[in-house]
Amino acid sequence: MIWNEKIECATRDEMKAIQSERLIETVKRIYHNVAYYRDKMQQAGLTPFDIKGVEDLHKLPFTTKSDLRDNYPFGLFTVPMSEIVRLHASSGTTGKPTVVGYTRKDINMWSEVVTRSLCMAGIHKNDIVQIAYGYGLFTGGLGIHYGTENLGASVIPISGGNTQKQIQLMQDFNSSVLCCTPSYALYISDVLNEAGIDPETLNLRVGIFGAEPWSEAMRKEIERKLKLRAIDIYGLSEIVGPGVSCECEYQQGMHVHEDHFVPEIIDPVTLEPVAEGEVGELVFSTITKEGIPLLRYRTRDLTRLIYDKCSCGRTLVRMEKCKGRSDDMLIIRGVNVFPSQIETVLLEMSETEPHYLLIVERENTLDTLSLMVEVQEQFFSDEVRVLQDLRKRITHKLESTLGLTVDVKLVEPKTIERTAGKAKRVIDKRNI
Amino acid sequence: MLIKQISVFLENKSGRLNEVSQILGEAGINISAFSVADTSEFGILRLIVSDPDKASNVLHERGFTVRESGVVGLSCPNQAGALARALKILSRNEISIEYLYAFSMGTSASVIIKPNDIDRCIEVLQKNKLELIKASDLYKI
Repeated sequence: MIWNEKIECATRDEMKAIQSERLIETVKRIYHNVAYYRDKMQQAGLTPFDIKGVEDLHKLPFTTKSDLRDNYPFGLFTVPMSEIVRLHASSGTTGKPTVVGYTRKDINMWSEVVTRSLCMAGIHKNDIVQIAYGYGLFTGGLGIHYGTENLGASVIPISGGNTQKQIQLMQDFNSSVLCCTPSYALYISDVLNEAGIDPETLNLRVGIFGAEPWSEAMRKEIERKLKLRAIDIYGLSEIVGPGVSCECEYQQGMHVHEDHFVPEIIDPVTLEPVAEGEVGELVFSTITKEGIPLLRYRTRDLTRLIYDKCSCGRTLVRMEKCKGRSDDMLIIRGVNVFPSQIETVLLEMSETEPHYLLIVERENTLDTLSLMVEVQEQFFSDEVRVLQDLRKRITHKLESTLGLTVDVKLVEPKTIERTAGKAKRVIDKRNI
Repeated sequence: MLIKQISVFLENKSGRLNEVSQILGEAGINISAFSVADTSEFGILRLIVSDPDKASNVLHERGFTVRESGVVGLSCPNQAGALARALKILSRNEISIEYLYAFSMGTSASVIIKPNDIDRCIEVLQKNKLELIKASDLYKI
């Protein structure tokens, strides 16, 4: 079923007209309400009158994650707090989280795009949807939740973790849809296998997986092990959360809800738009959001856009699975991790920055983080207790900063390889 | 009376101890006493050597993490109850010991002590007429 056929199957001209009208309004609202972005526009010699349609989008200045940090927590909101009905947050580059606010209209819009996404995946109101994304500040749980209710399907708001219970409810409630990170889906399949439960005896038929990068090979593995169709959903809290784009049953790229989020692909070095169909950095402009509308937000995700009509009948532009990032951000179990956050923690422990190496691995389908820290003189003591205490402090501090458990290992100096004088900070051993 | 001890950080990897002793040997530095404190992941090698400053430098140059710290050398008779007597004095004076290592030779035994308060430790031991080892003597052993 196509939830909103008029939009999802609109002609390119119709879509451009919708985008133009909404973009013009959004630019005006931001210009008049956010001094920070107004300054940026003025520096570029722009006024709202220069934006006459979506074809003028490229003239506008970019917004980056550091702009959100500089205006922490609510500086980029265009409405008073009395209009904000919900706040979400994700980890930022340095300590402070990235905060987003939603008006009631924003929540309704978000529900609509998630509902459309679920329909793309072939989900309908008779489905029983087990939402195993985390509920809370993370947008995953609540975002899918509202869209599922809006569709009229039955929600099991179980949140993440507690795998035994997940399996018990799958059996007892006949869950037909599972929503979680792809790595957690694989983990559930392993636990099923160990418990001797044949996935064929479950009622699962569709999985809505996202919030972390995953490969085609991983999709095949999940589909084989859980006996369901694994659908990729994309989103980031800055734009709205899950449901910015989603695959349809043909699994040929994720349809972007471009009547709300206008995508562009730019060259991350020159910052110029690339030719149609070329790979580059994905940039979004939100054109209906009220709480925190963002113009030309740089996602740092690398992908390309496909404008051809899809076999499903939708004309919404599709984006390919993300091919990587144009910055050093890692996504581990749905959590954004920047090496700079680790640097900050280590710097708090000593005056000079120690050499470290972050190793990301996938063990039994779950991502694990380990950190090697070179013990230099400023850290060292002749007493075992002091070193063990140091290790504990680093572990705790990282856990509270990142929200992830990190296995900290103290190593000798020069253990970590230097390349051209600069240390390599991250090794990602996951095969994504 | 304060003795300079050098400590070296070692990962639990084979051959590391050998490397340290080789570097010191090549530099003409003699090791008088040493101990290794180990955990499942790393070890701390503590050494009393003939030339602590030079040892520190050569090991540092070779990429080791080295630290100098002060310890006390106690000499007591090589007989039953001698160590107990000395430790009792420290305990009674509320000096706690972070770690110690010892060796005995002939009629006397030597104990290297890392107390929490090194100055008071020396003072208490001297007041109780216990024999302390001079740094210059220990480096020569």
